[in-house]
Amino acid sequence: MMQPGFADPVLDAQSAFRAVLEALSHPGRIIPIAPAPIPPAPLSPAMGALALALCDADTPVWQDGGAQAADWLRFHTGAPFAEAPAAMFLFATGRPPALSTLNLGTDEVPQDGATLVLNVASLKAQGTLRLRGPGIKDEVSLGVEGLPENFLAERAALRPHFPRGLDIVFCCGAQIAALPRTTEVI
Amino acid sequence: MNIPVNPVAEQLAGYNFAYLDEATKRMIRRAILKAVAVPGHQVPFGAREMPLPYGWGTGGIQVTASILGPRDVLKVIDQGADDTTNAVSIRRFFGRVAGVRTTDRTREATIVQTRHRIPETALREGQVLVYQVPMPEPLFRLEPRVSETTRLHALGDYGLMQVRLYEDIVKHGEVATAYNHPVMVNARYLMSPSPIPSFDNPKMHMNPALQLFGAGREKRIYAVPPYTAVQSLDFEDHPFRPIRAPHACALCNSTESYLDEVITDDQGGRMFVCSDTDYCAERRGE
Ligand SMILES: [Zn+2]
Repeated sequence: MMQPGFADPVLDAQSAFRAVLEALSHPGRIIPIAPAPIPPAPLSPAMGALALALCDADTPVWQDGGAQAADWLRFHTGAPFAEAPAAMFLFATGRPPALSTLNLGTDEVPQDGATLVLNVASLKAQGTLRLRGPGIKDEVSLGVEGLPENFLAERAALRPHFPRGLDIVFCCGAQIAALPRTTEVI
Repeated sequence: MNIPVNPVAEQLAGYNFAYLDEATKRMIRRAILKAVAVPGHQVPFGAREMPLPYGWGTGGIQVTASILGPRDVLKVIDQGADDTTNAVSIRRFFGRVAGVRTTDRTREATIVQTRHRIPETALREGQVLVYQVPMPEPLFRLEPRVSETTRLHALGDYGLMQVRLYEDIVKHGEVATAYNHPVMVNARYLMSPSPIPSFDNPKMHMNPALQLFGAGREKRIYAVPPYTAVQSLDFEDHPFRPIRAPHACALCNSTESYLDEVITDDQGGRMFVCSDTDYCAERRGE
């Protein structure tokens, strides 16, 4: 049986969107999404909420969660699936494709840069990632466990290409924290 | 599948929440998120027709409609005032289609939609300031071709604007743009602050609130995230100076606020009062 999406598609999408907006406006800040759906594993509730709130027939998505996850995403969002380099949204439950192979947009159309939504093992308000950039007063820190090997180095290699870039949303359970392309990990 | 009916949604039977259909909101929401990720960059969006003419702030309304939820408290100002026809209409519109609470008080609002002013009362984290923008392109007077301005933004090549501004200074002796003085956002994008008085420009810099800009006719959205550097364009030998009438408010005595000159009688009597009516009322203890 297909697992349900949002209980209230209109109001739950609005509150999930506001959570993402808050997360991108305050990089590194952990924001809960409530209510969040319970999508089939390995998609996290936060990941499911982002997909339902932001994806539709106009947004090619990539995901690595297997057939049930694909069915759920297709049924609830109507989004077409794409190879990673063509995806606007990537939902990665395991190791994501090499970041440099994803759509970074162009200097004229940087908004085409993809949004990478990534499950991590844990998110903590204090931790080893020290962050700086727009949305951050001085500096904040974030603890993330379960990042793929070399992930931060791959991301750092994209920063000189700004305004081209990727915007990253970490998910753990029903919580998110974002690293927009402007955020510097110091 | 059983979809429980929410009481708020039910109350709005016949209307979608906040007027826009869900597909339009998703598209605008995606544009807003990318605008926040690339501060100061104009993101095009597929505007839809709103039940108001363009001059009434359809861009701002579409942004507000896309972010607004039942827990929000909305304030709408026009030139600093909550009681103009434009502000009242927009507030009523959202009261009707979204059932949200509205307020005149800057500190009570979670979303402030504005035309031509930034409130005097300092904004705080979590608040969103939505600007109605008539012309989002800061270069449009110098370069009418969109393809060319897009290229200049991509290159970050703003020499044209610098030259034009410098010529104005040489002519007038100072940086004297009273309204819509262009700014650099995060030291990368030249951005139109919309026609706010230059007095308000410094408030954009490192503001704790999120600032979103919606241009309905040109179909552009752009953003300044919280705590983001916003510098008014100027020159070492001619620094930017915000302009304020050298008076105190005739009603609340403020010497800090932006003032409007109002005519008080048909004998040519005039006085200076705060343009921000909520700020002025609060100072007078109202
Ligand atoms: Zn006053």
